[in-house]
Amino acid sequence: MKHTLAVLVENKSGVLSRVAALFSRRGYNIDSLAVGVTEDPDISRMTIVVHGDDHVLEQVTKQLNKLVDVIKVSDIGGDEAVERELALIKVSADVNTRAEIIQIADIFRARIVDVAPKSMTVEVTGDEGKIQAIEKLLRQFGIKELVRTGKIALTRGPKKV
Amino acid sequence: MTTGSTEKVNGARALIKCLELEGVDTLFGYPGGQIIPFYDELYDSDLRHILVRHEQAAAHAADGYARATGKTGVCVSTSGPGATNLVTGIATAYMDSVPIVALTGQVPRFLIGNDAFQEADITGITLPITKHNYLVQDANELPKIVKEAFHIASTGRPGPVLIDLPKDIQNTEIDFYYPDKVELRGYKPTYKGNIQQVKRAAEEITNASRPIIYAGGGVISSNASAELVELAEAVMAPVTTTLMGIGAIPTEHPLSIGMLGMHGTRYANYSIQESDLIIAVGARFDDRVTGKLESFAPNARVIHIDIDPAEISKNVKVHIPIVGDAKQILRSLVKHVKCCNSAAWLEKINGWKKEYPLTYRKESEVIMPQFVVEQISEACKDAIIVTEVGQHQMWAAQFFKYSAPRTFLTSGGLGTMGYGFPAAIGAKVGRPEKTVINIAGDGSFQMNSQELATVVQNDIPVVSVVLNNGYLGMVRQWQELFFDRRYSYTCIKGSVDFVKLAEAYGALGLRAEKPSEVRPAIEEAVRSGRPAVVEVIVECEANVSPMVPAGAAINEILDLED
Repeated sequence: MKHTLAVLVENKSGVLSRVAALFSRRGYNIDSLAVGVTEDPDISRMTIVVHGDDHVLEQVTKQLNKLVDVIKVSDIGGDEAVERELALIKVSADVNTRAEIIQIADIFRARIVDVAPKSMTVEVTGDEGKIQAIEKLLRQFGIKELVRTGKIALTRGPKKV
Repeated sequence: MTTGSTEKVNGARALIKCLELEGVDTLFGYPGGQIIPFYDELYDSDLRHILVRHEQAAAHAADGYARATGKTGVCVSTSGPGATNLVTGIATAYMDSVPIVALTGQVPRFLIGNDAFQEADITGITLPITKHNYLVQDANELPKIVKEAFHIASTGRPGPVLIDLPKDIQNTEIDFYYPDKVELRGYKPTYKGNIQQVKRAAEEITNASRPIIYAGGGVISSNASAELVELAEAVMAPVTTTLMGIGAIPTEHPLSIGMLGMHGTRYANYSIQESDLIIAVGARFDDRVTGKLESFAPNARVIHIDIDPAEISKNVKVHIPIVGDAKQILRSLVKHVKCCNSAAWLEKINGWKKEYPLTYRKESEVIMPQFVVEQISEACKDAIIVTEVGQHQMWAAQFFKYSAPRTFLTSGGLGTMGYGFPAAIGAKVGRPEKTVINIAGDGSFQMNSQELATVVQNDIPVVSVVLNNGYLGMVRQWQELFFDRRYSYTCIKGSVDFVKLAEAYGALGLRAEKPSEVRPAIEEAVRSGRPAVVEVIVECEANVSPMVPAGAAINEILDLED
């Protein structure tokens, strides 16, 4: 089962490697990891998607909490959170296909952020399913390059983690 | 100089002042290029520095000092190879939750990342074997970092902390100010157990008919031995300990049933298997203790008292967790329990005790290694026993009669050969009034025998009793039992004359070749007041018994007495 963990950490050098090292040493698998600074410049927030049963999740959480630089760990998966990923997809494009690609992008409320004689780059945000769907549709034109961020997530409503 | 005022000093001097303010009296270390500024300041300070002959020994000595005294041990090395030589000692302390602070020199900041001479990424290397570590990037932060390091090392579940000190930081002038307290929002260990949980546990204990207390190293580090015995007596529950928990209850206490696990007593293993309630205190259900997990204590409910929440239900499902300090929780628990339904249970256990005592083959001409440990036990009742790792370690655990905590120091988690001798040095420096005996094997002793120079130069009268069987005995035992006696590279007969080795360094060397010579040799070594090595030529194929093969259930026990 997949879990989305919001991990507040000290914004210091080396913290990412501590977290990554913990996952590899204890044999936990990270599906994705995104990190950036929060509203407080001393604190960074990691969104870590991890899969495992309840026992694994409990151990991951407890081991993360043991790291001195980890301030708080919350499991915010499920319907109670807004979850987003961003992808940039560079697609082969020419005069014949350009219009169709723009149409697909429109349907997904994606944006064309770069156009060249033989390519277009599409920027799309959404949950995992949406990004998979647009990727599938764009594949017929030939995807030259694709990059995605890890998932980021916030709980719904006024409550903070 | 008080902590509140400021004064201009360089980083090296600041570090010395921090150590003094932390109450450090002794460092174990070895200088080198990138730590010279610190050593230069050390030259003028009142701190005692024990110069070892290999940095690994500095880390183990700091560890032995910490285990024997309960204070945080400190070791120092230079960058690169000096720092990497500390690694085994740091990992040893990490696995056994021992508070040490390791100080390492580092190349100047402008060279970091350049593959400079004697550069190693020691904070990266020690990431998984330290509780926390620091690379000092700003000299002004040094006092705060040292304060935090000692705090982190010694509180909660103790462990090693490393501070990496670039050479230019040591030379930078700062306004010295030592903070009074630390503020770490990500580190707040729980000490006081949840009272509702304590009450629930007390009720289960009161109602249990076959309770057993399973005590680990956490009881020792929390200084909770008296409280543990008080609880055991209040509810008349038998007490078994892990290797790390030895000393938590006197061996000869009527409720003590010795060590459990792979080389535990039969009666301890039978008891835990048949118990209906396990009261685990500061123990972590290690694989050497539980054997095959699926068949471990099948009918028992489990109360687990531990300061580290991550240990709860890690290996064995826990019914009543109580997170906090063992001493405080046991104190609170003993107020809520009532005695007890355990009379029939204790009678059964005493039956096992009589039927299956720890024993060994008695010989009149050949010296049995277990006999040597018994002789040490009789001759040096109150000694601190330190061990290396292997067969002798298990015999020291089984056949010495311990009466107090912090008198059995051994590398339990990592199982580090070469630990014992330097750890004994640390113990003797920390507790000079105690007799300190390192029970060693001929294999292990050779892993750090260069420290004979350290004990002689610093006049540290540690006695090493080397049980010389000419084999790497524990591996040989496994080869005998599980590999058809194919003794692949485990015979080390004729390695060295240990008496001459001791004498070459200026230590006292003695040898016992007959049973009658054992006791006089040990007594002479202790009486001499000198660093000494007693080489005892023992039966070369004696086995540690009983034994539960790895992966078997804990009550599937082999007897290997002959």
